[in-house]
Amino acid sequence: MSDTLLEIKDLKVYFPIRRKNLFSGVTQYVKAVDGVSFHIEKGETLGLVGESGSGKTTVGRSILRAIEPTAGKVTFNVDGETIDLSTLLDKELRVFRKNMQLIFQDPYSSLNPRMTVRDIIAEPIVAQKLAKGDEVDERVREAAALCKLNLEFLRRFPHAFSGGQRQRIGIARALVSRPQFIVCDESVSALDVSIQAEILNLLMDLQKEFGFTFLFIAHDLSVVAHISKRVAVMYLGQLVELAPTEDLFYTPKHPYTEALMSAIPEVDPNQEMNPVNLSGEIPSPINPPSGCRFHTRCPYVQDICKTDEPKWEEIEEKHFVTCHFANTLTLKGAKMPPSVDAA
Amino acid sequence: MAKTKEMTNNNLLEVKDLKISFKTDEGIITAVDGIKFSVKRGQTLGIVGESGSGKSVSTWSIMRLLPKNSIIDKKSSIKFQQKSGKVVEITKFKSNSRELREIRGGEVALIFQEPMSSFSPVYTIGNQIMEAVLQHRDVTKEEAQEIAIDMLDRVGISNPAQRFKQYPFELSGGMRQRAMIAVALSMNPSLLIADEPTTSLDVTIQAQILELMNELQEELGMSIIFITHNLGVIAQVADEIEVMYLGKILERGTTNDIIHEPQHPYTQALLKAIPRLDTIGERLTAISGDIPSPLSRPIGCPFYTRCEKVMPGICDVKMPEPTQLSDTHTVYCFLYEEKNV
Ligand SMILES: Nc1ncnc2c1ncn2[C@@H]1O[C@H](COP(=O)(O)OP(=O)(O)OP(=O)(O)O)[C@@H](O)[C@H]1O
Ligand SMILES: Nc1ncnc2c1ncn2[C@@H]1O[C@H](COP(=O)(O)OP(=O)(O)O)[C@@H](O)[C@H]1O
Ligand code: SF4
Ligand code: SF4
Ligand SMILES: [Mg+2]
Ligand SMILES: [Mg+2]
Repeated sequence: MSDTLLEIKDLKVYFPIRRKNLFSGVTQYVKAVDGVSFHIEKGETLGLVGESGSGKTTVGRSILRAIEPTAGKVTFNVDGETIDLSTLLDKELRVFRKNMQLIFQDPYSSLNPRMTVRDIIAEPIVAQKLAKGDEVDERVREAAALCKLNLEFLRRFPHAFSGGQRQRIGIARALVSRPQFIVCDESVSALDVSIQAEILNLLMDLQKEFGFTFLFIAHDLSVVAHISKRVAVMYLGQLVELAPTEDLFYTPKHPYTEALMSAIPEVDPNQEMNPVNLSGEIPSPINPPSGCRFHTRCPYVQDICKTDEPKWEEIEEKHFVTCHFANTLTLKGAKMPPSVDAA
Repeated sequence: MAKTKEMTNNNLLEVKDLKISFKTDEGIITAVDGIKFSVKRGQTLGIVGESGSGKSVSTWSIMRLLPKNSIIDKKSSIKFQQKSGKVVEITKFKSNSRELREIRGGEVALIFQEPMSSFSPVYTIGNQIMEAVLQHRDVTKEEAQEIAIDMLDRVGISNPAQRFKQYPFELSGGMRQRAMIAVALSMNPSLLIADEPTTSLDVTIQAQILELMNELQEELGMSIIFITHNLGVIAQVADEIEVMYLGKILERGTTNDIIHEPQHPYTQALLKAIPRLDTIGERLTAISGDIPSPLSRPIGCPFYTRCEKVMPGICDVKMPEPTQLSDTHTVYCFLYEEKNV
């Protein structure tokens, strides 16, 4: 697997929860991520979708080692070497971090208002001592130019900038350490449509030119479809489906994916939405349901689903799913939008 | 000239020359600059526009829920027909007047994006709905409780009698949004202002809330103003759409007019900028440039700094007049003005 950049095996992240009752012996855990495995190829964008609280952010942050995983393995293939992050010493990890960066969600609150744009962009390489003196400025100018930021801006403070400009500053900051892997966690969700389009274009252009690898987390399914080569769907701390984008959207194999696709609001008043109605509520990640985790809400549930956990299976080439009936159910995918006349 | 107190066209609300400014340290900001719109009985008016375009300011003014530093221009008119049939001019009401309380109580209701902050954390959901009912309707406590439970049931909350006793933090985001709709509906309003009510929700829950609002509108016959920047959502819920930009309305029409036959360059550009499922992996058509700051609003057409079809010497001189393209479709753009003559 020479073209794999990153591999995650059976990742688990459990958060212990404090209890009011000191006398009850057992500690409980929020099983935010509970056995997730996938790989991402070099230069690829993998999309990650799922309801809020399903564990997307926690997956991203534990790959970056901003959260220490409870169990599981994260390995990177860099310069012909396979590196298991959990075996790195603190110092080695600090050096390795230049290879991975995060682009934040909210361009408004994620920038320090008292730092100039130059200092904000420079921070990762200054903090990690990756460059000094003139080289810092050179790398800042390089990153700013890639993000089409006016070099004049570097001396200013972030409050003077619009949402789109602030998000470019955030991207320049992520690029300055010349990372190979970037996590975008809801990075365009807070932006207006016209600005979102510009930032998505920028990310796609940068990837084409420099081969960046992205994990792209977002709740807007059309945005994820647009930028991702493959998409993974998360539910209650686990992946339920992973497939090449068009397969996942048009021929989903998991009932939860079907429900998501049916809920995409169509930009067409003549196409009525027919959302699959998921009964009940998202169960608690403290005590996930037995058997298939989706069984409390699945419209196709059978007895076996309540007791037996379905396996993660590759049912078509590159199409993985966890459902006992993945081969027999006929599910609906997203509707093809009507063609727009070129105005 | 005698003022007509009648509404035209089965309108519930008629807004004219609405201009709203804010006093700030940096000067006067004009957030809404002389707009005109109306809402028909039993229909949904959708308002789309980018952040800061004036969607919230223009609609919250119907309930006079504006911050203290706001100024509503004297020429502005907001006419609303009350349940009694009386047509009132909302801009003329004194703040804290009885008339205004009447409007906010049983006539116009508002739901918005952050349902957590709209509930007090220390009272149960049921308590808060009951309180709203007691304030706005002439009923006993027992009746209010019945109405509250019925409302929770109506908005699709299972086990309403039990939910009634729960606190806001015990409900998921989607449930709190439903509960907020329940509070709004328990006042039995004839106009519901929904300001980005689904923006922070997951798609599956968003779909349920949209369906719920459609159902309740059919059942109760109320009018809705639905604000969003999601064109997919607006296409699903609105009968008519108005497109706002920098405090102005640039185009208005039926949902079909706007989605399928957009005429204003801004509307066209917005529709092209959305990622669509049939263009997976392709570059998007972004709108170049940034939205100008409201402190330095362009003179003339507000979109001219970013418009591909800008005509220098025309578009940057004055605001285009409305051009009526059909009975339902109006556009504010110089490309169409000559066709008018
Ligand atoms: N209290 C205030 N003081 C000064 N300016 C304000 C105030 N409230 C709003 N504004 C300005 O008025 C304009 C319109 O704001 P409004 O909140 O109506 O926008 P919006 O279309 O609802 O945007 P969004 O999509 O972000 O909710 C903006 O330029 C905003 O900065
Ligand atoms: N630091 C934490 N302590 C306890 N629970 C947490 C913590 N961070 C996340 N969680 C819980 O883990 C689950 C997954 O969260 P998250 O990864 O943020 O989901 P997503 O990004 O998909 O919305 C949620 O139930 C969340 O409440
Ligand atoms: S295993 Fe059963 S409950 Fe789970 S998704 Fe498949 S059909 Fe539904
Ligand atoms: S008036 Fe001029 S600048 Fe404005 S939208 Fe029309 S063509 Fe473009
Ligand atoms: Mg998250
Ligand atoms: Mg608003």
